[in-house]
Amino acid sequence: MNTQQNLVAFKTIIVKEVMRFLRIWVQTLVPPAIMMTLYFVIFGNLIGSRIGDMDGFNYIEYIIPGLIMMSVITNSYSNVVAAFFNAKMYGHVQEMLISPIPNHVILLGYIGGGMARGILVGVIVTIVSLFFSDLTIKHPLITIGILLMTSMLFSIAGFINAVYAKNFDDISIVPTFVLTPLTYLGGVFYSINLLSDFWQTVSLANPVLYMVNGFRYGILGESDINPWVSFGLIIVFTAGLYTVAYQLLKKGTGTRS
Amino acid sequence: MIPALKINNLKKTYGGNIHALKGIDLEVEKGDFFALLGANGAGKSTAIGIICSLVNKTAGDIEVFGHNLETDREKAQECLGLVPQEFNFNVWEPVLEILLNQAGFYGIDRKTALGRAEELLKHLELWDKRNEQANKLSGGMKRRLMIARALIHKPKLLILDEPTAGVDIEIRRSMWKFLTQLNTAGTTIILTTHYLEEAESMCKNIAIINKGEVVESTSMQNLLSRLSIETFVLDLKEPLDTLPEIEGLSLRQIDAKSLEADIDKSRSLNFMFEGLSKHNIRVMSMRNKTNRLEELFISLVEKDQINETPDIAESIEVQS
Repeated sequence: MNTQQNLVAFKTIIVKEVMRFLRIWVQTLVPPAIMMTLYFVIFGNLIGSRIGDMDGFNYIEYIIPGLIMMSVITNSYSNVVAAFFNAKMYGHVQEMLISPIPNHVILLGYIGGGMARGILVGVIVTIVSLFFSDLTIKHPLITIGILLMTSMLFSIAGFINAVYAKNFDDISIVPTFVLTPLTYLGGVFYSINLLSDFWQTVSLANPVLYMVNGFRYGILGESDINPWVSFGLIIVFTAGLYTVAYQLLKKGTGTRS
Repeated sequence: MIPALKINNLKKTYGGNIHALKGIDLEVEKGDFFALLGANGAGKSTAIGIICSLVNKTAGDIEVFGHNLETDREKAQECLGLVPQEFNFNVWEPVLEILLNQAGFYGIDRKTALGRAEELLKHLELWDKRNEQANKLSGGMKRRLMIARALIHKPKLLILDEPTAGVDIEIRRSMWKFLTQLNTAGTTIILTTHYLEEAESMCKNIAIINKGEVVESTSMQNLLSRLSIETFVLDLKEPLDTLPEIEGLSLRQIDAKSLEADIDKSRSLNFMFEGLSKHNIRVMSMRNKTNRLEELFISLVEKDQINETPDIAESIEVQS
């Protein structure tokens, strides 16, 4: 296929994916808004007022970037894992496999769909947060850059999970037992400076820490981690996972018997 | 002339020891209406899956209109359309959206796709259902939707894997008519089916796969000409007390007013009627006992069993 045809195919997959999650907006867009409202009320207003300042910001201001990032991560991931697993499970992935679409276009299309949902949910959560705190973005370009890269990274991770998943349990194991602990321990609710040296070092092995702190730097201008280190690591992770996902698709792992 | 499909030594092994395809060779000419027959598990769907890039091959080569599926994948896939055995569209999407998405996967712009989708849906009597979710369609409509989807990019080679399974006779006949028109217009068609009269009435050439091997590949006419005996069921005017013996004709009584007659194909039907008339047997109506192709199919597929069970070999040889 030529470039124009590849663009048509890419756009088709993205529009199909966006329409899919918009069709079931009650399941995809409303729950994160409700959950984040509860976080803002409980951790921000009720408990946060007793915690006091963190890194020079009141507690609700401090956790807002982390909570936005948490929503982006979970929604980008779950969109792709659910979409691609369903396509495998019900067979309509064959519509793409039989067609001449290059594997890169299939992969980028699904990633685009995951990013669209992650970013849309991020925007919704940001709007909700405005009811609880004034939000000024210190470094807009860094904020947008980290948001896009993180969303892309977890969309790819969701794709890899879907490739290996053989049943519905397999698409919930990673989010429950890996993603949630990494996110909660990734500095969403606290600064790692509060931890002992040992646990600070352990925390540095958590990739989510770099994304949350990079995003926090973009919004608040403060971070436990150098934002350029965050950027660099996210790019390395993204390139690594993209290569793995592409090879899996090319070999037909989980899609071709 | 470049064949529509050329398969050389195609092998597929599952798990290292299950040989689904044992090195099949097949050639389908451009413009052909080709039947690919075989019992369940014979390897038909595996072969189709490999041709359509849904199954990884173990060895062998496939060319679609001269494009090698491995080295010139995109060109080969552009020529192919598949109507699979199982419904495999997203049932939550509207009918029109399914076709437009499929066109998009082939890089066809939306405006062109809309025109083609309208034409196909009208032709297949689904236009009124274009905005319905696919899960609300009846079984026959879902089959027709899969045909429309497979044709949206105007493939030169259309593969239908049991397209009429579970479809009532009226819809089946309208699908036969549509496929025949499509073939006449130049589309090469490969059909797998369990309705052998379907293959016999539409297909020009035929291959039979059994246990992962092509046991026969020839023209339909050539295959059918190999039948040496035909069996008819005769409905009689009066009840028959005693079964007469007529030379050259093997008769079996089903009930008082019906007979089965085996007649060698070298003899005319007049010979049978003359013999029956001599014994004052008057025939009111007659029909073929079984589909002719079915008899051949069974004899070819069971050849392997002949070697394993010599006691039934004789009876099968008589038939073929």
